[in-house]
Amino acid sequence: MADPEIKTYEPHHESQSAAVTESRPVRWVAMGTAFAFLAVFLLLPLIVVFHEALAKGIGAYTEALSSPDTRSAIRLTLLVAAISVPLNIVFGISAAWAIAKFEFKGKAFLTTLIDLPFSVSPVISGLVYVLLFGAQGLLGEWMKAHGLVILFAVPGIVLATIFVTFPFVARELIPLMQEQGNGDEEAALSLGANGWQTFWYVTLPNVKWGLLYGVLLCNARAMGEFGAVSVVSGHIRGLTNTMPLHVEILYNEYNAVGAFAVASLLAGLALVTLVLKTLLEMRYGAEIAAARGH
Amino acid sequence: MEVRVTNVRKEFERFPALHDVSLDIRSGELIALLGPSGSGKTTLLRLIAGLERPTRGAIFFGDEDASQKSIQERNVGFVFQHYALFRHMTVADNIGFGLKVRHGATRPSAQEIRRRASELLDLVQLSGLEKRYPAQLSGGQRQRVALARAMAIEPRVLLLDEPFGALDAQVRRELRRWLREIHDQTGHTTVFVTHDQEEALELADRVVVMSQGRIEQVGTADEIYDTPNSPFVYSFIGESSSLPVKVDNGEVWLADRPIGLQAPPHAPSGEALLCFRPHDVELLDGCSGCIAGTVAASRRVASTRRVELEVGGERQRVEIELPVDHPAAQKSRVAFRPRRWKLFPAS
Ligand SMILES: Nc1ncnc2c1ncn2[C@@H]1O[C@H](COP(=O)(O)OP(=O)(O)OP(=O)(O)O)[C@@H](O)[C@H]1O
Ligand SMILES: [Mg+2]
Repeated sequence: MADPEIKTYEPHHESQSAAVTESRPVRWVAMGTAFAFLAVFLLLPLIVVFHEALAKGIGAYTEALSSPDTRSAIRLTLLVAAISVPLNIVFGISAAWAIAKFEFKGKAFLTTLIDLPFSVSPVISGLVYVLLFGAQGLLGEWMKAHGLVILFAVPGIVLATIFVTFPFVARELIPLMQEQGNGDEEAALSLGANGWQTFWYVTLPNVKWGLLYGVLLCNARAMGEFGAVSVVSGHIRGLTNTMPLHVEILYNEYNAVGAFAVASLLAGLALVTLVLKTLLEMRYGAEIAAARGH
Repeated sequence: MEVRVTNVRKEFERFPALHDVSLDIRSGELIALLGPSGSGKTTLLRLIAGLERPTRGAIFFGDEDASQKSIQERNVGFVFQHYALFRHMTVADNIGFGLKVRHGATRPSAQEIRRRASELLDLVQLSGLEKRYPAQLSGGQRQRVALARAMAIEPRVLLLDEPFGALDAQVRRELRRWLREIHDQTGHTTVFVTHDQEEALELADRVVVMSQGRIEQVGTADEIYDTPNSPFVYSFIGESSSLPVKVDNGEVWLADRPIGLQAPPHAPSGEALLCFRPHDVELLDGCSGCIAGTVAASRRVASTRRVELEVGGERQRVEIELPVDHPAAQKSRVAFRPRRWKLFPAS
């Protein structure tokens, strides 16, 4: 089913090819370098991951994956993603909606704030939570008094993950919504729709592919985050270890098959994300490019 | 529905887009807002719709103060310049949208909505295109869908922003006639914005001429064309020529000569601007009491000849129109007197 809406966007693509004026050999060298680079730094590690994971046969592989600690790490990772991704969808959509469709004071500040997680090291993000919620932290006393445990527990991991992943959805949607302007929303309002109906029937469908794309990236990062989560997790086996953390632990214990088996799942997730991302870009490229062009 | 705009002022971040605008729109009337780019036409239309709120002043729908109401409550049909059709909805869903989002008992059944949509598609002569998406329609067809969508909610007022702006001349003319027919059939009070004077004069019952955030004149096509009430309207509607003159002793003078025109009794003495239509002039042979000038340029325009004359001591240029076969068209000096003209205070 070819959605007709793609057609209207097609002119966007054209200008690109005209810019390519380099001679053939130069192009070959450039492309060769790029591919060699990709092969060494991306493809090779991927092959190594799967090779090591299956080094002792499929039996050892499945056994490694079914150990209780590994299973709990997988469960925790899924749980963290299941909480942080929806929250960031809500946050991302609201932030993008506010920034793209309304004028208000502090808009530029909010836009900068959204980019913050991209500009600070994840470890710092994690440390901020330690400073806030740790025993000696700002809120440490108060939380202890109220019996709240955030640090070295699941809530801390979720918070850290939300922090590092919150730009993904918002950044994808803001330029897209800005480009589309207010026209459709005004039309819906003039036809009697209330704010919620306008959002649900008009705004959201207009950005759905961009949103899906953002969610995909957000999810990949939520499951793969290491730095920030490592700081707040406490590395309690079977309790606060996510998959990336678990990989590190297994590896440090010289359990290569175990480490690479879990790593292969993460690599698999990356591959699936990549394929979906490519498919999305192929079909709804122009819409997503609008967001990229920012 | 009668619409009254009373002393409305609109500022955008201190920039006044409309100054103290008042306008009475009669029920069932087709009225055009005409003016150059940036004159505030869209702003006035959006204020009536409720897409903007006036900085000062009020807008009445009948006796009720609509300025206090949101756009949803005003129940107006707005057709946007670029249509703003919902691209992910079919034509039928676009048209039915306004009915679908109604609440409770006022919301028709899905079947009824579908029936209304195809009825409206018939009205706009697009039957059979229910299942198409906006991207699969031509510009003119999109325009019609946008109109059908706006009419589906049975609006009290229909507002159209440059409805034919993005279409080519041929389609424009067709749609223009068609819009008039639809209006006569449905009787909606309709306001449309245009910067095409031909469109405004041909289509509208009355034309509102705007300039720089003000209404210059409101009237029928004849009134606007025959008795413009400002130099701006004179020059904006149709062709016009103007000359700086002096009024003295009840006579009109160009430089140091009277030009044979009696100033109206109430005209004050002093500097003034004489406006007339280039084609509405009387050619004279000799000259005592006329405007005489040397031909500076001459060009053929369809069946007439446009002649640019340099007149007066300051060699003011003024344009008049001659029949192609008129002997004066060959001469290097031409004398004339405007047949119909108007004096405005010099600005
Ligand atoms: N949202 C806005 N913010 C600031 N200024 C605005 C805004 N909308 C309109 N203006 C200004 O108000 C003035 C009138 O604009 P408006 O759009 O009403 O003109 P218009 O007569 O419709 O012109 P056009 O024929 O080009 O559409 C312009 O100078 C414009 O720059
Ligand atoms: Mg406009």
